[in-house]
Amino acid sequence: MPKRIVVPFGPQHPVLPEPIHLDLVLEDELVVDVVPSIGYIHRGLEQLVQKREFTEYVYVAERICGICSFMHALCYCQGIEHIMKVEVPDRAKYLRTIWSECSRLHSHLLWLGLFADGMGFENLFMRSWQLRESVLDVLEDTTGGRVIQGTCKVGGIRRDIGQEKLDEMHRALDPFEQQCRDLGDVFLNDETVKYRLQGLGVISKDEAYTLGAAGPTLRGSGVAVDLRETGYAAYGDLGFKPIVETAGDCYARCAVRVKEVYASIDLIRRAIDGIPEGPLDVKVKGAPDGEYFSRVEQPRGEVVHYLRGDGTKHLARARIRTPTLANIPALVKMLPGAQLADVPVVVLSIDPCISCTER
Amino acid sequence: MGYFEMTRTVLRNLVRGPATRQYPAVPARTGPFTRGHVTFDPTTCRSCGLCSRRCPCEAIRIEKEEKVWEIDRMRCVACGDCVEGCPFGSLTMEPEYFPPVVEHVVERHTITYVKPEKPEKKPKEESAGTGA
Repeated sequence: MPKRIVVPFGPQHPVLPEPIHLDLVLEDELVVDVVPSIGYIHRGLEQLVQKREFTEYVYVAERICGICSFMHALCYCQGIEHIMKVEVPDRAKYLRTIWSECSRLHSHLLWLGLFADGMGFENLFMRSWQLRESVLDVLEDTTGGRVIQGTCKVGGIRRDIGQEKLDEMHRALDPFEQQCRDLGDVFLNDETVKYRLQGLGVISKDEAYTLGAAGPTLRGSGVAVDLRETGYAAYGDLGFKPIVETAGDCYARCAVRVKEVYASIDLIRRAIDGIPEGPLDVKVKGAPDGEYFSRVEQPRGEVVHYLRGDGTKHLARARIRTPTLANIPALVKMLPGAQLADVPVVVLSIDPCISCTER
Repeated sequence: MGYFEMTRTVLRNLVRGPATRQYPAVPARTGPFTRGHVTFDPTTCRSCGLCSRRCPCEAIRIEKEEKVWEIDRMRCVACGDCVEGCPFGSLTMEPEYFPPVVEHVVERHTITYVKPEKPEKKPKEESAGTGA
């Protein structure tokens, strides 16, 4: 039996910019066991809910993550609106959907770039980020911020998108989709990419479900769970079907994300076509009294905001469960059996967002 | 096949110019709503303190008696809530980002707003006069 050694992976690693630490137990070059540890960047944002008014906390919620920022704000606002029984106008719901899908687009394109970088395909990495830049430009033009949009508020949204800009976005979608399909074809069909990803980091359908994985990690294993199906914001009107792959390896998780990029473009197109006229927000009076589990589908999976108000301007408790935390047990299951050189690729395949996880 | 999927893109990129903007030779791209930094107009501020109360990161401090309005640029996250909430239009959001700084300095303004004199009580006196 070969001698076992422990190799530390992270918290500072050239491939993974975010601080997660894994103790890899190796037999020669083969991973046999993994011990993860997190806790390097805890910021105490949940505690802050008791010091900020519930309307101010939207800005804090938005800053939990630098990628899926809009969806954190959306999840928080939806929770408060449900507790206070506020009905958001339809136009606000549609615009929230458009910005959510733009966020998903830029998050997935960012991830595709990082993943390509992780497997050593530099050219593909730069091409992905080049496409992401055009999404960020649209976000900046419509909201005023590239990654922190700041347009969601309790009771609606803060800013409208004019019809002229919506038409311009609609016109830009077709050439953008063509560019994304050219990019996606490389991820889905290129032999070198397939050779690197197929059969790597496999997790079965049952295991993924039992370990509570979320998002593309779960759907890549064949479980069709996507919260957008529940029809929050305007997804109920747009008709959404989750994207599922069955292989459960890194290639399947990559394929889910590539196809979600196409699906997001399609959703934005349909949302722009069907957007109604009307007010942007409703006035919110009083303070939240009650509790609610608010759930939203982020690019990485399902995020849960538990909010409890006691009738004052300050919430009594907020608890946030982010998708990466749910995916770490699945990651620990994926890694044994992989070569040491493949570890960065497998870790990246769950799209870890540690600043989300530690809040 | 799938061995030369990337070739078309690579060839296209070879004949095209660079995709990145040539910053700082070319100024950074900003949109019409870009949240760069907050500016303060001391001539219109009436010291109501709404901006300070609304600020989610406690970057704005106001002292009514001393007529001082302060902003800590290192705390400010440029969310724009103060600009939205100001009833007198004293705050505006400018699209330019500030260059990075190394020293922690709190920006201090002295409020120069002067409360206009109340209109003379002439009509009242007249009415009082007629009443008498």
